Amino acid sequence: MKRLESNLTNMVLSLTVVALAAAALLGGLYVVTAEPIAKQKQEKQQAAIISVLPAVEGLTIGEPETLDGMTLYKAFAGETWEGTAVEVAENGFGGTFKVMVGFDKEGNVVNYEVLEHQETPGLGDHMTSWFKTDKNRQSVIGKSPETTKFVVSKDGGDVDAITAATISSRAFLRAVEKAYAAYKSGEVQAVSGASILQQEAPAAGSGTEADTEGAEQQPINDTQL
Amino acid sequence: MSKALNTFTNGLLRENPTFGLVLGMCPTLATTTSAINGMSMGLATLFVLVCSNVVISLLRNLIPDKVHIPAYIVVIASFVTMVQLLMQAYLPAIYETLGLFIPLIVVNCIVLGRAEAFAAKNNAGLSALDGLGMGLGFTLSLTVLGAVRELLGSGMCFNMPVFPENYGMLIFVLAPGAFIALAYLMALIQKLMKK
Repeated sequence: MKRLESNLTNMVLSLTVVALAAAALLGGLYVVTAEPIAKQKQEKQQAAIISVLPAVEGLTIGEPETLDGMTLYKAFAGETWEGTAVEVAENGFGGTFKVMVGFDKEGNVVNYEVLEHQETPGLGDHMTSWFKTDKNRQSVIGKSPETTKFVVSKDGGDVDAITAATISSRAFLRAVEKAYAAYKSGEVQAVSGASILQQEAPAAGSGTEADTEGAEQQPINDTQL
Repeated sequence: MSKALNTFTNGLLRENPTFGLVLGMCPTLATTTSAINGMSMGLATLFVLVCSNVVISLLRNLIPDKVHIPAYIVVIASFVTMVQLLMQAYLPAIYETLGLFIPLIVVNCIVLGRAEAFAAKNNAGLSALDGLGMGLGFTLSLTVLGAVRELLGSGMCFNMPVFPENYGMLIFVLAPGAFIALAYLMALIQKLMKK
Protein backbone atom coordinates (compact mmCIF):
# COMPACT_ATOMS: atom_id res chain seq x y z
CA MET A 1 0.00 0.00 0.00
CA LYS A 2 1.25 3.41 -1.03
CA ARG A 3 1.65 6.11 1.64
CA LEU A 4 -1.10 8.75 1.54
CA GLU A 5 -0.22 11.91 -0.35
CA SER A 6 0.43 15.07 1.69
CA ASN A 7 -2.48 17.18 0.43
CA LEU A 8 -4.64 19.34 2.66
CA THR A 9 -7.62 16.98 2.86
CA ASN A 10 -5.46 13.98 3.75
CA MET A 11 -3.48 15.87 6.36
CA VAL A 12 -6.51 17.38 8.06
CA LEU A 13 -8.38 14.09 7.93
CA SER A 14 -5.57 11.90 9.28
CA LEU A 15 -4.66 14.27 12.11
CA THR A 16 -8.30 14.65 13.09
CA VAL A 17 -8.86 10.91 13.07
CA VAL A 18 -5.70 10.22 15.10
CA ALA A 19 -6.52 12.91 17.65
CA LEU A 20 -10.16 11.85 17.95
CA ALA A 21 -9.25 8.18 18.32
CA ALA A 22 -6.68 9.03 20.99
CA ALA A 23 -9.14 11.26 22.84
CA ALA A 24 -11.88 8.63 22.72
CA LEU A 25 -9.52 5.89 23.93
CA LEU A 26 -8.17 7.98 26.78
CA GLY A 27 -11.61 9.23 27.78
CA GLY A 28 -12.97 5.70 27.80
CA LEU A 29 -10.03 4.35 29.75
CA TYR A 30 -10.28 7.18 32.27
CA VAL A 31 -13.92 6.32 32.99
CA VAL A 32 -13.11 2.62 33.29
CA THR A 33 -10.13 3.11 35.61
CA ALA A 34 -11.52 5.99 37.71
CA GLU A 35 -13.24 3.66 40.16
CA PRO A 36 -10.36 1.20 40.78
CA ILE A 37 -7.95 4.14 41.14
CA ALA A 38 -10.20 5.82 43.70
CA LYS A 39 -10.48 2.50 45.52
CA GLN A 40 -6.70 2.06 45.60
CA LYS A 41 -6.27 5.55 47.01
CA GLN A 42 -8.93 4.92 49.61
CA GLU A 43 -7.32 1.65 50.71
CA LYS A 44 -3.92 3.27 50.91
CA GLN A 45 -5.34 6.10 52.99
CA GLN A 46 -7.09 3.74 55.40
CA ALA A 47 -3.95 1.66 55.82
CA ALA A 48 -1.98 4.87 56.42
CA ILE A 49 -4.37 6.05 59.16
CA ILE A 50 -3.88 2.81 61.07
CA SER A 51 -0.11 2.75 60.64
CA VAL A 52 0.47 6.31 61.88
CA LEU A 53 -1.59 5.99 65.06
CA PRO A 54 -0.39 4.61 68.41
CA ALA A 55 -0.58 0.81 68.60
CA VAL A 56 -3.39 0.49 71.14
CA GLU A 57 -5.78 -2.46 71.39
CA GLY A 58 -9.29 -1.91 70.02
CA LEU A 59 -8.67 1.44 68.42
CA THR A 60 -11.66 3.04 66.68
CA ILE A 61 -11.40 5.93 64.26
CA GLY A 62 -13.87 8.78 64.64
CA GLU A 63 -15.56 10.66 61.84
CA PRO A 64 -13.08 12.64 59.68
CA GLU A 65 -13.09 16.38 60.36
CA THR A 66 -11.75 19.00 57.98
CA LEU A 67 -9.79 22.00 59.13
CA ASP A 68 -8.02 24.49 56.82
CA GLY A 69 -8.00 21.95 54.01
CA MET A 70 -6.55 19.24 56.25
CA THR A 71 -8.42 16.13 57.34
CA LEU A 72 -8.27 14.95 60.94
CA TYR A 73 -8.96 11.37 61.96
CA LYS A 74 -9.25 10.98 65.73
CA ALA A 75 -8.62 7.64 67.32
CA PHE A 76 -10.25 6.33 70.49
CA ALA A 77 -9.70 3.24 72.57
CA GLY A 78 -13.07 2.73 74.18
CA GLU A 79 -13.88 6.26 75.28
CA THR A 80 -10.40 7.68 75.71
CA TRP A 81 -8.83 9.68 72.97
CA GLU A 82 -5.50 8.13 71.97
CA GLY A 83 -4.25 10.28 69.14
CA THR A 84 -5.03 11.92 65.83
CA ALA A 85 -3.97 11.24 62.26
CA VAL A 86 -3.81 14.37 60.10
CA GLU A 87 -3.83 14.26 56.31
CA VAL A 88 -2.08 17.31 54.95
CA ALA A 89 -1.14 18.54 51.46
CA GLU A 90 1.91 20.74 50.84
CA ASN A 91 3.89 22.02 47.86
CA GLY A 92 7.08 20.04 47.37
CA PHE A 93 9.76 20.23 44.71
CA GLY A 94 7.74 18.50 42.01
CA GLY A 95 4.20 19.57 42.89
CA THR A 96 1.76 18.92 45.68
CA PHE A 97 2.35 15.93 47.90
CA LYS A 98 0.07 14.41 50.53
CA VAL A 99 1.23 13.02 53.81
CA MET A 100 -0.59 11.42 56.74
CA VAL A 101 0.99 12.33 60.08
CA GLY A 102 -0.06 10.66 63.34
CA PHE A 103 0.26 12.24 66.80
CA ASP A 104 -0.28 10.65 70.19
CA LYS A 105 -1.95 12.31 73.21
CA GLU A 106 1.23 14.17 74.17
CA GLY A 107 1.65 15.59 70.70
CA ASN A 108 4.58 13.39 69.69
CA VAL A 109 4.78 12.19 66.11
CA VAL A 110 3.95 8.47 66.15
CA ASN A 111 4.60 7.78 62.47
CA TYR A 112 3.92 9.23 59.03
CA GLU A 113 3.07 7.86 55.60
CA VAL A 114 3.54 9.75 52.33
CA LEU A 115 0.34 9.11 50.35
CA GLU A 116 1.15 10.80 47.05
CA HIS A 117 4.16 12.67 45.76
CA GLN A 118 6.04 13.64 42.61
CA GLU A 119 9.46 14.34 44.10
CA THR A 120 12.61 13.52 42.13
CA PRO A 121 13.41 9.78 42.14
CA GLY A 122 16.60 9.13 44.10
CA LEU A 123 16.60 12.52 45.83
CA GLY A 124 13.34 14.00 47.14
CA ASP A 125 11.49 10.69 47.04
CA HIS A 126 13.60 9.55 50.00
CA MET A 127 11.09 11.47 52.13
CA THR A 128 8.95 8.33 52.24
CA SER A 129 11.45 6.76 54.65
CA TRP A 130 14.15 9.35 55.50
CA PHE A 131 12.36 11.00 58.41
CA LYS A 132 11.59 7.58 59.95
CA THR A 133 15.20 6.41 59.93
CA ASP A 134 16.84 6.70 63.31
CA LYS A 135 20.21 8.06 62.22
CA ASN A 136 21.95 11.29 63.25
CA ARG A 137 19.12 13.81 63.57
CA GLN A 138 16.99 12.82 60.59
CA SER A 139 14.09 11.05 62.34
CA VAL A 140 10.95 12.88 63.46
CA ILE A 141 9.39 9.82 65.12
CA GLY A 142 8.64 10.23 68.82
CA LYS A 143 9.40 13.93 68.74
CA SER A 144 7.00 16.77 69.35
CA PRO A 145 7.06 20.13 67.55
CA GLU A 146 6.81 21.65 71.06
CA THR A 147 10.28 20.50 72.07
CA THR A 148 11.97 19.88 68.70
CA LYS A 149 12.36 22.60 66.10
CA PHE A 150 10.93 21.00 62.94
CA VAL A 151 13.15 22.97 60.59
CA VAL A 152 16.11 21.59 58.62
CA SER A 153 19.43 21.95 60.46
CA LYS A 154 20.74 24.09 57.59
CA ASP A 155 18.13 26.72 58.56
CA GLY A 156 18.91 26.43 62.26
CA GLY A 157 16.43 23.68 63.09
CA ASP A 158 16.76 20.28 64.74
CA VAL A 159 16.14 17.89 61.83
CA ASP A 160 18.67 16.81 59.19
CA ALA A 161 17.50 17.41 55.63
CA ILE A 162 17.53 14.67 52.98
CA THR A 163 20.92 14.65 51.25
CA ALA A 164 20.70 16.91 48.19
CA ALA A 165 16.97 17.48 48.60
CA THR A 166 16.67 20.46 50.93
CA ILE A 167 13.58 21.86 49.22
CA SER A 168 11.68 18.58 49.59
CA SER A 169 12.84 18.35 53.22
CA ARG A 170 11.71 21.88 54.05
CA ALA A 171 8.35 21.18 52.46
CA PHE A 172 7.98 17.95 54.41
CA LEU A 173 8.74 19.61 57.75
CA ARG A 174 6.37 22.44 56.87
CA ALA A 175 3.68 19.81 56.30
CA VAL A 176 4.36 18.24 59.73
CA GLU A 177 4.18 21.68 61.40
CA LYS A 178 0.89 22.37 59.64
CA ALA A 179 -0.46 19.00 60.72
CA TYR A 180 0.58 19.74 64.30
CA ALA A 181 -1.21 23.09 64.27
CA ALA A 182 -4.36 21.35 63.08
CA TYR A 183 -3.90 18.63 65.70
CA LYS A 184 -3.58 21.32 68.42
CA SER A 185 -6.71 23.21 67.43
CA GLY A 186 -8.61 19.96 67.02
CA GLU A 187 -7.67 18.79 70.50
CA VAL A 188 -10.46 20.66 72.33
CA GLN A 189 -13.10 19.12 70.12
CA ALA A 190 -11.52 15.75 70.68
CA VAL A 191 -12.66 15.73 74.30
CA SER A 192 -16.29 16.28 73.39
CA GLY A 193 -15.80 13.85 70.51
CA ALA A 194 -14.82 11.17 72.97
CA SER A 195 -18.05 11.41 74.90
CA ILE A 196 -20.08 11.05 71.74
CA LEU A 197 -18.16 8.07 70.59
CA GLN A 198 -18.70 6.42 73.94
CA GLN A 199 -22.13 5.30 72.82
CA GLU A 200 -20.85 4.26 69.44
CA ALA A 201 -17.79 2.36 70.53
CA PRO A 202 -19.31 -1.04 71.40
CA ALA A 203 -21.09 -1.27 68.04
CA ALA A 204 -18.06 -0.13 66.09
CA GLY A 205 -15.98 -3.18 67.02
CA SER A 206 -12.28 -3.38 66.23
CA GLY A 207 -10.28 -0.67 64.47
CA THR A 208 -10.26 -1.13 60.73
CA GLU A 209 -13.91 -1.71 59.97
CA ALA A 210 -15.03 1.22 62.05
CA ASP A 211 -14.01 3.95 59.65
CA THR A 212 -15.87 2.51 56.68
CA GLU A 213 -19.09 2.72 58.67
CA GLY A 214 -18.12 6.21 59.77
CA ALA A 215 -20.49 8.00 57.43
CA GLU A 216 -23.48 7.06 59.54
CA GLN A 217 -21.99 8.67 62.60
CA GLN A 218 -21.74 12.07 60.98
CA PRO A 219 -25.19 13.55 61.83
CA ILE A 220 -24.79 12.77 65.54
CA ASN A 221 -21.40 14.40 65.62
CA ASP A 222 -22.64 17.53 63.90
CA THR A 223 -25.54 18.24 66.21
CA GLN A 224 -23.50 17.72 69.36
CA LEU A 225 -20.60 19.90 68.27
CA MET B 1 15.53 -14.56 10.18
CA SER B 2 19.00 -13.02 10.33
CA LYS B 3 17.41 -9.65 9.66
CA ALA B 4 15.16 -10.10 12.67
CA LEU B 5 18.10 -11.09 14.85
CA ASN B 6 20.09 -8.17 13.52
CA THR B 7 17.29 -5.76 14.34
CA PHE B 8 17.08 -7.10 17.86
CA THR B 9 20.80 -7.00 18.70
CA ASN B 10 21.21 -3.63 17.01
CA GLY B 11 19.64 -1.83 19.93
CA LEU B 12 21.46 -3.91 22.51
CA LEU B 13 24.99 -3.23 21.26
CA ARG B 14 25.88 -1.34 18.10
CA GLU B 15 23.20 1.30 18.40
CA ASN B 16 22.68 1.17 22.14
CA PRO B 17 20.46 4.21 22.85
CA THR B 18 22.64 5.55 25.66
CA PHE B 19 26.19 4.67 24.69
CA GLY B 20 25.80 4.41 20.91
CA LEU B 21 23.12 6.86 19.81
CA VAL B 22 23.40 9.10 22.92
CA LEU B 23 19.63 9.55 22.96
CA GLY B 24 17.39 10.22 25.95
CA MET B 25 20.07 11.86 28.09
CA CYS B 26 17.59 13.68 30.33
CA PRO B 27 16.06 10.58 31.97
CA THR B 28 19.43 8.83 31.79
CA LEU B 29 21.16 11.42 33.92
CA ALA B 30 18.22 12.18 36.18
CA THR B 31 17.02 8.73 37.17
CA THR B 32 20.19 6.68 37.51
CA THR B 33 20.87 7.57 41.15
CA SER B 34 20.56 3.87 41.96
CA ALA B 35 20.54 0.62 40.01
CA ILE B 36 16.88 -0.07 40.83
CA ASN B 37 15.79 3.39 39.68
CA GLY B 38 17.70 3.03 36.41
CA MET B 39 16.20 -0.38 35.77
CA SER B 40 12.67 0.84 36.53
CA MET B 41 13.00 3.73 34.09
CA GLY B 42 14.40 1.36 31.46
CA LEU B 43 11.57 -1.15 31.84
CA ALA B 44 8.86 1.52 31.69
CA THR B 45 10.43 2.88 28.51
CA LEU B 46 10.77 -0.62 27.06
CA PHE B 47 7.05 -1.20 27.38
CA VAL B 48 6.02 2.08 25.77
CA LEU B 49 8.64 1.68 23.05
CA VAL B 50 7.35 -1.73 21.94
CA CYS B 51 3.69 -0.62 21.96
CA SER B 52 4.25 2.67 20.16
CA ASN B 53 6.55 1.06 17.56
CA VAL B 54 3.89 -1.52 16.68
CA VAL B 55 1.05 0.99 16.42
CA ILE B 56 3.07 3.50 14.43
CA SER B 57 4.26 0.80 12.07
CA LEU B 58 0.65 -0.24 11.45
CA LEU B 59 -0.43 3.36 10.85
CA ARG B 60 2.59 4.35 8.79
CA ASN B 61 0.86 4.34 5.39
CA LEU B 62 -2.26 6.11 6.60
CA ILE B 63 -0.45 9.21 7.80
CA PRO B 64 0.79 11.70 5.20
CA ASP B 65 4.48 12.58 5.49
CA LYS B 66 4.06 16.24 6.33
CA VAL B 67 2.05 15.63 9.49
CA HIS B 68 3.68 12.44 10.70
CA ILE B 69 5.49 13.96 13.69
CA PRO B 70 2.41 15.47 15.38
CA ALA B 71 0.51 12.25 14.70
CA TYR B 72 3.28 10.12 16.24
CA ILE B 73 3.50 12.36 19.29
CA VAL B 74 -0.24 12.00 19.88
CA VAL B 75 0.07 8.21 19.62
CA ILE B 76 3.04 8.07 22.03
CA ALA B 77 1.54 10.46 24.57
CA SER B 78 -1.72 8.49 24.55
CA PHE B 79 0.17 5.28 25.18
CA VAL B 80 2.05 6.75 28.09
CA THR B 81 -1.15 8.03 29.68
CA MET B 82 -2.88 4.69 29.13
CA VAL B 83 0.01 2.85 30.76
CA GLN B 84 -0.14 5.24 33.70
CA LEU B 85 -3.90 4.86 34.20
CA LEU B 86 -3.87 1.07 33.84
CA MET B 87 -0.94 0.64 36.19
CA GLN B 88 -2.45 2.94 38.78
CA ALA B 89 -5.75 1.06 38.67
CA TYR B 90 -4.66 -2.57 38.47
CA LEU B 91 -0.98 -2.82 39.45
CA PRO B 92 -0.64 -0.39 42.39
CA ALA B 93 2.51 -2.07 43.72
CA ILE B 94 4.37 -1.55 40.45
CA TYR B 95 2.91 1.93 40.11
CA GLU B 96 4.44 2.82 43.47
CA THR B 97 7.93 2.26 42.10
CA LEU B 98 7.50 3.10 38.40
CA GLY B 99 4.87 5.83 38.69
CA LEU B 100 7.34 8.66 39.02
CA PHE B 101 9.11 7.69 35.83
CA ILE B 102 6.10 7.36 33.55
CA PRO B 103 5.59 11.07 32.75
CA LEU B 104 9.30 11.24 31.89
CA ILE B 105 8.81 8.79 29.02
CA VAL B 106 6.79 11.27 26.95
CA VAL B 107 9.78 13.58 26.73
CA ASN B 108 12.13 10.69 25.98
CA CYS B 109 13.41 11.17 22.44
CA ILE B 110 14.24 7.47 22.06
CA VAL B 111 10.56 6.68 21.62
CA LEU B 112 10.00 9.31 18.94
CA GLY B 113 13.43 8.62 17.46
CA ARG B 114 12.68 4.94 16.90
CA ALA B 115 9.19 5.69 15.59
CA GLU B 116 10.75 8.05 13.06
CA ALA B 117 13.85 6.05 12.15
CA PHE B 118 12.52 2.52 12.23
CA ALA B 119 8.80 1.96 12.73
CA ALA B 120 7.83 4.39 9.97
CA LYS B 121 9.76 2.29 7.43
CA ASN B 122 9.31 -1.31 8.59
CA ASN B 123 6.53 -3.79 9.28
CA ALA B 124 4.97 -4.35 12.70
CA GLY B 125 6.92 -7.50 13.60
CA LEU B 126 10.32 -5.98 12.94
CA SER B 127 9.28 -2.77 14.69
CA ALA B 128 8.30 -4.72 17.80
CA LEU B 129 11.70 -6.42 17.77
CA ASP B 130 13.43 -3.08 17.33
CA GLY B 131 11.48 -1.68 20.27
CA LEU B 132 12.39 -4.69 22.36
CA GLY B 133 16.09 -4.49 21.47
CA MET B 134 16.30 -0.75 22.00
CA GLY B 135 14.30 -0.97 25.23
CA LEU B 136 16.52 -3.73 26.62
CA GLY B 137 19.63 -1.84 25.56
CA PHE B 138 18.35 1.26 27.33
CA THR B 139 17.43 -0.75 30.44
CA LEU B 140 20.82 -2.40 30.51
CA SER B 141 22.81 0.80 30.16
CA LEU B 142 20.71 2.65 32.75
CA THR B 143 21.10 -0.24 35.19
CA VAL B 144 24.88 -0.29 34.74
CA LEU B 145 25.13 3.49 35.10
CA GLY B 146 22.82 3.40 38.13
CA ALA B 147 24.82 0.58 39.73
CA VAL B 148 28.12 2.45 39.28
CA ARG B 149 26.72 5.67 40.73
CA GLU B 150 25.02 3.87 43.60
CA LEU B 151 28.18 1.96 44.48
CA LEU B 152 30.48 4.98 44.37
CA GLY B 153 27.96 7.39 45.84
CA SER B 154 26.34 5.49 48.68
CA GLY B 155 28.33 2.25 48.94
CA MET B 156 25.40 0.04 47.97
CA CYS B 157 24.54 -2.23 45.07
CA PHE B 158 20.83 -2.86 44.39
CA ASN B 159 20.15 -1.51 47.92
CA MET B 160 22.55 -4.07 49.45
CA PRO B 161 25.29 -2.37 51.47
CA VAL B 162 28.78 -3.07 50.11
CA PHE B 163 30.76 -0.69 52.29
CA PRO B 164 29.68 1.89 54.92
CA GLU B 165 27.77 4.82 53.47
CA ASN B 166 30.07 7.34 55.15
CA TYR B 167 32.83 6.42 52.71
CA GLY B 168 30.61 7.06 49.66
CA MET B 169 31.32 10.00 47.41
CA LEU B 170 28.12 12.04 47.49
CA ILE B 171 28.97 13.72 44.19
CA PHE B 172 28.13 10.51 42.32
CA VAL B 173 24.53 10.62 43.54
CA LEU B 174 24.23 14.24 42.39
CA ALA B 175 24.13 15.62 38.85
CA PRO B 176 27.90 16.16 38.29
CA GLY B 177 28.55 12.51 39.19
CA ALA B 178 26.06 11.47 36.53
CA PHE B 179 28.08 13.23 33.84
CA ILE B 180 31.39 11.91 35.15
CA ALA B 181 30.21 8.30 35.40
CA LEU B 182 28.48 8.48 32.00
CA ALA B 183 31.59 9.88 30.31
CA TYR B 184 33.92 7.23 31.72
CA LEU B 185 31.51 4.40 30.91
CA MET B 186 31.06 5.69 27.38
CA ALA B 187 34.81 5.96 26.83
CA LEU B 188 35.27 2.43 28.14
CA ILE B 189 32.56 1.02 25.91
CA GLN B 190 33.89 2.85 22.84
CA LYS B 191 37.32 1.34 23.47
CA LEU B 192 35.91 -2.17 23.88
CA MET B 193 33.74 -1.84 20.76
CA LYS B 194 36.67 -0.77 18.59
CA LYS B 195 38.63 -3.95 19.27
